Amino acid sequence: MSDNQNDNQQADSQKRECSQVDLDKRNFLIATSAVGALGCAAVAVPFVKSMTPSERAKAAGAPVEVDISKIEPGTMMTAEWRGQPVWIINRTDEMTAELAKHDDQLSDPASEVTSQQPEYCKNESRSLKPNLAVVVGICTHLGCSPSEKLQRGGDMGEGWTGGFFCPCHGSKFDLAGRVFKGSPAPINLVVPPHKYLSENLLLIGVDTEEKA
Amino acid sequence: MTDKNKSALSSALNDGLNWVDARFPLTSNVKAHLTEYYAPKNFNFWYFFGSLALLVLVLQILTGIFLTMHYKPDADLAFGSVEYIMRDVPWGWLIRYMHSTGASMFFVVVYLHMFRGIIYGSYRTPRELIWLFGVAIFLVLMGEAFFGYLLPWGQMSYWGAQVIVNLFSAIPFIGPDVSEWLRGDYLVSDATLNRFFAFHVIALPFVLVGLVVAHLIALHEVGSNNPDGIEIKKLKDKKTGFPLDGIPFHPYYTVKDLVGVSVFLIVFSAIIFFAPEMGGYFLEANNFVPADPLKTPAHIAPVWYFTPYYSILRAVPPILNSQFPGVAAMGLSVVAFAFLPWLDKSPVKSIRYRGMLYKQWLVAFVISFLVLGYLGTVPSNIWGQFGAWMGGADRATVVARIFTVVYFLFFVLMPWYTKKDKTKPMPERVTG
Repeated sequence: MSDNQNDNQQADSQKRECSQVDLDKRNFLIATSAVGALGCAAVAVPFVKSMTPSERAKAAGAPVEVDISKIEPGTMMTAEWRGQPVWIINRTDEMTAELAKHDDQLSDPASEVTSQQPEYCKNESRSLKPNLAVVVGICTHLGCSPSEKLQRGGDMGEGWTGGFFCPCHGSKFDLAGRVFKGSPAPINLVVPPHKYLSENLLLIGVDTEEKA
Repeated sequence: MTDKNKSALSSALNDGLNWVDARFPLTSNVKAHLTEYYAPKNFNFWYFFGSLALLVLVLQILTGIFLTMHYKPDADLAFGSVEYIMRDVPWGWLIRYMHSTGASMFFVVVYLHMFRGIIYGSYRTPRELIWLFGVAIFLVLMGEAFFGYLLPWGQMSYWGAQVIVNLFSAIPFIGPDVSEWLRGDYLVSDATLNRFFAFHVIALPFVLVGLVVAHLIALHEVGSNNPDGIEIKKLKDKKTGFPLDGIPFHPYYTVKDLVGVSVFLIVFSAIIFFAPEMGGYFLEANNFVPADPLKTPAHIAPVWYFTPYYSILRAVPPILNSQFPGVAAMGLSVVAFAFLPWLDKSPVKSIRYRGMLYKQWLVAFVISFLVLGYLGTVPSNIWGQFGAWMGGADRATVVARIFTVVYFLFFVLMPWYTKKDKTKPMPERVTG
């Protein structure tokens, strides 16, 4: 019996000792854990940053000169700038006349979204010269390059007056790169900064006298 | 061999086993997961696909290891190195076709495995975590397939990656930075290819295997469901404590699954040897053209296993000048499966004891999934346009919109129709 009592007493005293929390030790453990977590987060930064574009990728992207003398009226050519296709479309007078006629079917007929073109192309034809359109051929939906459907009608249906059709998700654009309502693409195609060095020489990527 | 020798050998083997068991739980694990893991005795055809998914995972890892011995993750060399594997590496064509066919077959067996889970209510209590691990496996598998698809650096690889990475730029505010971070460049380029290779061969396979282990641990903790959707653990043999309606996984189901494996391998070989491209569904024709950043092919479509979700993406129009709603709908259409355990309010688990209301919704869902899947493989102007009364909208787009709504209603209305459904009484014991 006395043995039993002794055992009980011992267990009780042990319990009491255990229930006494050493606050200093606990705070120390919390503090070191917090510092450790902070250290882990700090080490993650270089790994996350290593996946951003490298210096080499940033350096690429010089402006390109394009000879536009060989584009027949009613046709287009594709140049490469920063790895992206840039279309140069030689619109006929009939085509440019068409641009003003379907404003009600467009999401942004007056090019109000300023990020999509330089200030000097915020006009009806979205260009420096009414007949020549310069547009980045990357759909504003998810980045495919739309196919040219420059001519009227065809497989685009009877109401089609010429423009571009994105094969990925069916977005439609007119010959100034303006998006038709009901397309998955939310805004007009981008007009890149550009200028004419001479009658037949186009520079894509810069628009001032300075070199980019 | 005399009896004496025999017993000496078996006692030596026994000693060896005891030596191992004292240091590693070999015998107890074999018992817990194979010889004394009791599975319901009424498994049917639908129960082949779990073990088949495991088989395909092993095949993909094995063939993948051998492909990396010859493949070059470099934008200038990748396309050529895949052709080199196909033409010059001894048996390279076979290993590559096993890997490319394996990718599609992985989705075939996983979709059938998921469908089994849906019709027999395998996601219901207490198997919610098995189901959630499964949904996670499905998501990682989609990532794995997508990263792998860029590696051949063909036209479809390139433009598919372009579209999917751009999905992230639709996220408000942080989107463009996120997609630039994923690409590591301002467009899909060598940097993108190199990192997708790393994700495809190291990062995601590790995650995938880890999730599969978690899926199986959770399964063996609660036990398998069965076509009757009743718990076999409720009725146990009083002497042994094993479920009355259960049989040991080994040898009964290992042998059954081997039959499934044989049939599967016949189909698998037939595809590899006679139709490895599967008419453009497993390997798309445009992917035999090297990637050209300046020109999107006239008709681009993802591989068949992504097309239902791709259709949903294409069907949702932009709202307030933002394509985010479409992207969100597509994401939600995949993640929706994770909510099934909490959406289903039916008193029964299995389709065998459900009423017509549920069955009609399930049929509507399956039809939506298949129609959306088909529409995702064709251009949106395939059926021409409606007249002016519909604003000249593409017919296929309108159809896709209708089925997108049905697809989501299957999930959203589930609490209502599973509760209202006239169910039949469940039996005490499994019905064979």
